[in-house]
Amino acid sequence: MMSAIRQHVRLAQSALRRLFASPASGLLNIIVIGIALSLPAGMYVLLKNAQGMLAQASASPQISLFLTMDASADDIARLRKQLAQNPAIDKAVFISRTDALKNLGQSNGLTDVIAGLESNPLPDAFVISPKTTHAKALDDLRNELQKLPRVDLAQLDSAWVYKLEAILEFTRILILILASLLSLALIAITFNTIRLQIMTQRDEIQVAKLIGATNSFVRRPFLYFGAMQGILGGITAWLIIALSLYLLKQPIATLSRLYGSNFTLQPLPLGDSLTLLLFSLYLGLIGAWLSVSRHLSGIEPS
Amino acid sequence: MISFNQVSKRYPGGFEALKNVSFELAKGEMAFLTGHSGAGKSTLLKLIAAIERPNSGSVLVNNQNVSVLKSAALPYLRRNIGMIFQDHKLLFDRSVFDNVQLPLQICGFDHKETGKRVRAALDKVGLLGREKANPIALSGGEQQRLCIARAIVNRPSILLADEPTGNLDAEYAQEIMKIFNSFHQVGATLLISTHDTGMLQNSHVRMICLKHGEIQPVESPRKGETPS
Repeated sequence: MMSAIRQHVRLAQSALRRLFASPASGLLNIIVIGIALSLPAGMYVLLKNAQGMLAQASASPQISLFLTMDASADDIARLRKQLAQNPAIDKAVFISRTDALKNLGQSNGLTDVIAGLESNPLPDAFVISPKTTHAKALDDLRNELQKLPRVDLAQLDSAWVYKLEAILEFTRILILILASLLSLALIAITFNTIRLQIMTQRDEIQVAKLIGATNSFVRRPFLYFGAMQGILGGITAWLIIALSLYLLKQPIATLSRLYGSNFTLQPLPLGDSLTLLLFSLYLGLIGAWLSVSRHLSGIEPS
Repeated sequence: MISFNQVSKRYPGGFEALKNVSFELAKGEMAFLTGHSGAGKSTLLKLIAAIERPNSGSVLVNNQNVSVLKSAALPYLRRNIGMIFQDHKLLFDRSVFDNVQLPLQICGFDHKETGKRVRAALDKVGLLGREKANPIALSGGEQQRLCIARAIVNRPSILLADEPTGNLDAEYAQEIMKIFNSFHQVGATLLISTHDTGMLQNSHVRMICLKHGEIQPVESPRKGETPS
């Protein structure tokens, strides 16, 4: 058992040694693999962040009910009562046109512009939090509210959420395609590297077979090499993503503050990081395996 | 130990390297395989290690018919055969020590035992002081001895040597023959091919002579005479 472990350690060491025997090409391969992996993985991180943001937003879909300009205080009181009785509505908050104007001036720095206005262009409004988050039910509720008297426009604020969701779904598939293609590229890179290695070690392989090496003995160093190259590429990809996120963190925080959100960019979670490393190791292994089974069988001592 | 029974080997292209070859080599026996180059000596040795397969007949090694052995079983056959090549087949990207170590790594020996055995083998061929050297720095005779050390390190019961003294001058060749004799004395079965029968004139070792792929009856060669 111990000797088996020691043999694996020895093989891993010699794979590392061979990987850096020619540092330039070894590093270059790892960097290429790292970049290839970091593209889909990085996009995946951004997607996850967007989904997180979306979950926050769509957790509380709202319907804005804008009243006509001629709505009187009585109309508003009657509406407030109707809304309170509606079983589909969780909460209805009234925002008077004066409050709305004040808010607008505060949050968007448009105080000067607003001060220049002759009259308040904003209508009275209710901001309604429905009980449901279901898209169809929300739509029904919006249509129902639209028909209420003195209601100018019932606007479902979550409409953009569904559009965004559709865009994200589209992006997700795009990432999947990209990841598949680049995974194939990674397998191809490893395949070729191992092919070159086998060619340069032809003599060694022949001698080893002459003195009783089994096929698996001959195969093993190459598989280790492929796996090692893969996981080092994965680590490179992880570093690229971590660095990019680090660089993006500040600008995105600033940007989201400007939009009045406290959204911050989340780093790659531990689980996904491990998946990335294992996946890259696995791809390297597959590339090596394909290459070895394709090229090794032809080398027999003569 | 080794037994050929009406073995023929024809290479693709029609060249018939061996024709109806039959002979037997007992356990612990040492024999020279002689004949001109092209007589089929190398082919015969290759058939024993199953590097080539015969077209007809059977090759038995240790009562095992190696001519029908599955390729997955070949490594285990070869581990029991030490092979010494005229062109040494050394690996120049590693030290003398690592070259000798290779068969033990293949068999999965542990680290301590490996070190002991490698040094013992190097000691036997007189290369103990050179274990850290690169084989390229060794002379032709030393390289041949290194090849022998690699062949014997896992103590195979059979040693095959293909023209081990082919490129060496007489003095080196004598040294190598002495090493072979010492293995013979400890019970190994040896088959050594050579075209240099002059070297054998004083030995009383069995000879198997090939000519155009066929075994010739030979008597012990006398001074100034070459078997034909």
